[in-house]
Order: sequence, then structure tokens, then C-alpha cells
Amino acid sequence: MFPRPIEKSSPAWRSGYQALLPLALIMWLLPLLAVAMFSIKPDADFTTGNYWTWPSYFAGFENYGTVFGTWTRTVDGCVGNLWPLVFNDDAFCLFGFGWDYDGSDMVRYMFNSIMITIPTVIGVVILSSMTGFALGVYKFKSNLWIFFMFVAGNFVPFQILMVPVRDLTLDLGLYNTKMGLVLFHIAFQTGFATLFMRNFIRALPFELIEAARVEGVAEWRIYWFVVLPLLKPALAAMAVLIFTFIWNDFFWAVVLTQGAESQPVTAGITSFNAQFRAAYHLMSAGSIVAALPPVAMFFLMQKHFIAGLTLGAVK
Amino acid sequence: MTDLSTQSHSPTKRGWYKRHEIALTPWLFLLPGFLFFAVYVIFPIAQSFNVSLYAWDGLDRPIYAAVEGAEITDAECTALGPRARGNPGCAETGEFASTAEYIGLENYQELLGDRNFEISLWNNLKWLVLYLLAIPMGLFIALFLNQTVFGIRLYKSLFFFPFVISQVVVGLVFSWFYLPDAGLLDSFLQWLGFDGLNVLGNPDYATYGIIAAGLWPQTAYCMILYLTGLNAVDPEQVEAARLDGAKGWKMLWYVIIPQLKPATFIAFVVTIIGALRSFDLISIMTNGGPFGSTRVLSFYMFEKALSEYGFRMGYGAAIAVVLFLIMLVFIAYFLWSMYRDERGY
Repeated sequence: MFPRPIEKSSPAWRSGYQALLPLALIMWLLPLLAVAMFSIKPDADFTTGNYWTWPSYFAGFENYGTVFGTWTRTVDGCVGNLWPLVFNDDAFCLFGFGWDYDGSDMVRYMFNSIMITIPTVIGVVILSSMTGFALGVYKFKSNLWIFFMFVAGNFVPFQILMVPVRDLTLDLGLYNTKMGLVLFHIAFQTGFATLFMRNFIRALPFELIEAARVEGVAEWRIYWFVVLPLLKPALAAMAVLIFTFIWNDFFWAVVLTQGAESQPVTAGITSFNAQFRAAYHLMSAGSIVAALPPVAMFFLMQKHFIAGLTLGAVK
Repeated sequence: MTDLSTQSHSPTKRGWYKRHEIALTPWLFLLPGFLFFAVYVIFPIAQSFNVSLYAWDGLDRPIYAAVEGAEITDAECTALGPRARGNPGCAETGEFASTAEYIGLENYQELLGDRNFEISLWNNLKWLVLYLLAIPMGLFIALFLNQTVFGIRLYKSLFFFPFVISQVVVGLVFSWFYLPDAGLLDSFLQWLGFDGLNVLGNPDYATYGIIAAGLWPQTAYCMILYLTGLNAVDPEQVEAARLDGAKGWKMLWYVIIPQLKPATFIAFVVTIIGALRSFDLISIMTNGGPFGSTRVLSFYMFEKALSEYGFRMGYGAAIAVVLFLIMLVFIAYFLWSMYRDERGY
């Protein structure tokens, strides 16, 4: 059951394989292709029961247009905002420029997702490069136990953390804020990221660090000038992974937030779907919009993404 | 961090920090990450164990006291509890008291007789066993795609696609796929001449329907692990085995799979964790229904602790503790394997 390399087989089998590939792919992605097709069908197709026919006309623009809502320029909505980038009930403001939006909150959920995901990735990169450095470079007694603590914590079911973390977030006054989610995500992902970083640092040539020590370079300078530059590919791989994990998080979004002011798109899409109940063309378009950023991230950073996911799959 | 000692100007005597730099640095670097992790992950685990011994609705009640000149006393206001709000003689003091009441192991005793808990536990078992199918399926697809032809890289990434999408979207996509009559599955069955099948509306099938949806991204994940593993398979060994007459399943079992051991281990870890973490799909596709037949522990816990059915934090925490203990078996095994590897360094 280990297929021979295709170059060594007969030309007939080779072209057969080439033909089989797209067919297998279509079968594999069928549910997704169906949703993609739903999202460009007009409403009328569904009311007449033609779910699986070709779209009677291309309605992609109007469907996706509804998902994004209607936007009009506004001036007064953005007076007195302290931050350069603000998204509130009235408007989306970029410095003095403002837009009034209407129709659906989808864009706002997307904005929240971005404002949750990016700070989390930055926070995790900072913390885990430090913990990974400490556990990967130094030999001290409890090293392995602290490392195992991070690894074990990363595997626990979310539910065992739910009640206390929700309480803590409430006590900090961060319930239903993006900050509350960000802090938790940073803490939790640090477990996985430490595992990742520490193993990568372990594989670096230790002579580099020893040489720097002989030269009398301070330890923090070794971190900053020797190790960190070498970590770049690992940090990139980890950043894409964490981006995807956090963007796709649903459980914590439901536990720690409620409502359009702070909910990310995974949780928001359920409200969006409630708003457009049984409007399959709009729900499909909304789902595709929600799924797009990690997909784009994956295709842009494919090499890093796969390198990160499969770390350890080869010894 | 600099040497501030004024007694010694000798350059040979270094400062306290300098002398202990190598011992101190790891702790300074660990501190922020460790603090975050302890506050948000380690302590909450212990707290959950504690909460599971209480009956608690998660709310703190305001403390009432008698207002000046009222006929009622402070003690009477307290005794009234929440009803003090309606009494003009009582006013909120601005302080709050927890309503948690210590009940020992009663939550766990209740679990033993809870039919829904039993269903959830069984469903967890189904998830664990069936989810592992992702590993052979992923291996199979990886073997299929492990060729060098034009455009194969694009095919590999497109096959991996389902894993990148959020489980929420996967859940939505599959719930439309399963729609009675209108759904793709039903249309296909009817086209073949079978009766329609309402997968998610039928208590007997719903859990399997959700697991099938979960297997889709998980298989993609296992596939990518094996594709990477197959890259490292030694072609000379394969050729040698082929010359020795190894074929078919024997080839796979005795020559290929042993070389894929690291990939299999990771696939096993992520699949077990994924199975026990299943929450998103259930919440999106059936919300535990029909008639609670698709609940698993993680979902049931959430329902008990935080949903419209009531805020039973203590009971929810007890369910979470059970789930945690199940997971702990696997975590201990994973750590033990890692420990063996570390000793081998």
C-alpha cells in the first residue's frame, strides 16, 4: 500500500492520476463549494425551492453587499474620539473621517476579530520568545517541570477554566471587552507557544551562545542580538498558527463577550444568522467572509504555516 | 541592574547581579509568561475543583442594611435576602456577598444519577473512538497525494483547506449539507431513490452527523502531518523492501508506518484533544438537541453553568472536573512520552 513514484509507472496510469486529482478535490471540498455557490445565488432561487440548480443570475455583489451593510460618510459621529481608530454604535472613525454603517454588524464583528487577534499574536510572540529562551538555553533544576507545566496547561479542556476565568474577567471589569479576551488568549496560547519556541531554540547551535558568553556579552543581549534573529522563521510560523487559532475561537468569545461592541466574528455570525434566518444566500456569504482571513493568511504564509503545524512530525 | 556598591572600586569584584547573572536570567525571562499562565490557567484549574464543592449561581447578592430611623433592624434586612429590595426600610450598603454554599461532594453525587450526564459521557466516548478515524483517513489521503506531478503543491494545500476554516463555519456548512429535503445529502439520497434522512433531527444519527463534520478538518490536519512525515521516508528502504518482495498492506505496515511514528504520535495527540474539546460544532449544528442527544461533557458543562437553563456554576464545575480527569489520563501519557524523549537527548 505504498504507491510507487508516479514517474516510474505507465503513462496511462499517470494521466489517470492527473484526472483523478481534480475529481477527488471536488468531492473533498463539496460542502464548501456548495456554500460558495449559495452565496452567489439570488434570494428568489431559494424561495422557489431551487437550492441545487445553477444560480438564475449572479447575485454575488448584492449578497456580499448586504453582508457588509451600507456605508455613508459622516462628520459628526466622530467628533471627540480619543483614539484614531474607533468603531462604535454610530460610526466607524479613522481620525476625523467617519462612516455611518447600516444593515448588518458583520463588518463590526470582523473589526473586533482583528482587534482581538493581532494584539494576542504580538503578546504571545513576546512572552513565548522569552519563556522559550529561558527554558531552551538555561539548565536549572526545575527547567523540565516548568516546561511540562506549560505543555500540560495547553492541553486542558477549556471548561475547567471557564468559571474562574469568567469570574476573574468580571472582577477586572473586562467582561464583554476585547481586552478581556486578549488577556486570556495571550495567557493560554503562551503554553503552546512556549513548547514551540523552546523546542526550536533547543535545536539551535548552542556554540553561538557560548561564544557570545566568552566574549562577555550580557545575557539579555544574547537574547536580543543572538537568539531573537535566529528565531524569525519560528516566530513567523507561530504567529500564523496563533492568528488562525484565535480568529477561529468560538468558545471564549461566547463565554467572555456578548454583543456587537466586542464579539468577534465567530460568535457574531450566529447573531447575523439569527437576523437573516433562512436567508441562505446571505448566511453563506457571511460565513465565507468570516472564514476568509485565516484562509488568506494560510495561502500567504503557507510554508510557515505547515512548518509550524508539523513541527515534530519528522525526527 | 548596574553595580551600585560604593565600597568596592576594584574591577575584579563584580556586582551581585553580574555574579549570579546566569542563574537569575532564566527566572527574569520566565516571570511574565509564567505569571500570565499561572493566573489564567493554573490557578483556575484549582479554583474549579474548589467551586465544584459549592452550590453557586455565580452571582453576588447586594448586602442590605436598615436605613436611619426605620423600624426594621439590620439583621432583619439581611434575613430578607433579595426581598429586602422591596422594603423601604432597607437600603443597599454597596457591598456584596457571595451566595456560594458549601455542599461537599453533593454535586458529584448528583452527577451519578443524572441521565443527561450519562448521555454526555457516552457521546464523549463515541467522539473519542470515531474521531481517531481521522488518522487512517489522513494517512490514506497523504499516500494518495504523495506524488510529484504538475500542480501537486496546490492540490495539497487545497486538501488541507478545511482545517484552516473555523469550526463555526464548518458547522454551518455541514448543517446545510444535512438539511432535510433541501440539503445536498438529502437531494442526493432522494436522487438515488432512497427516503430522505433528517440527520440532525434524529437522536440516533445526530451525534454521528456532527462527528462526520468534525472528521473533515481533522482528517485534513492528519493528512498534512503524514505528508510531512512521508517526505522523510527513506526511498532506499522502500526500494530494498520492494526487492525483498514486500507488497500491499505488508509494505505499509512493516516498512512505511514505523518510519511515520513521530507523525502518528502527533496526530494521535491532536485528535484526542480535538475530540474531547468538541464544543463549537455541537453548539452550532444542534445546540445539544434533539432532546439533548448530542450533548458531550464540554457542552453540557457550558449549558449547566452559563446558559438560559440556569447558572449552576458548582454543578458545571463538577462536570468540568470529570472532563479534566479524563483528559488528565491522556495528558499524563503525552508528558510521559515526552519525558522519555527528553532523557534520550
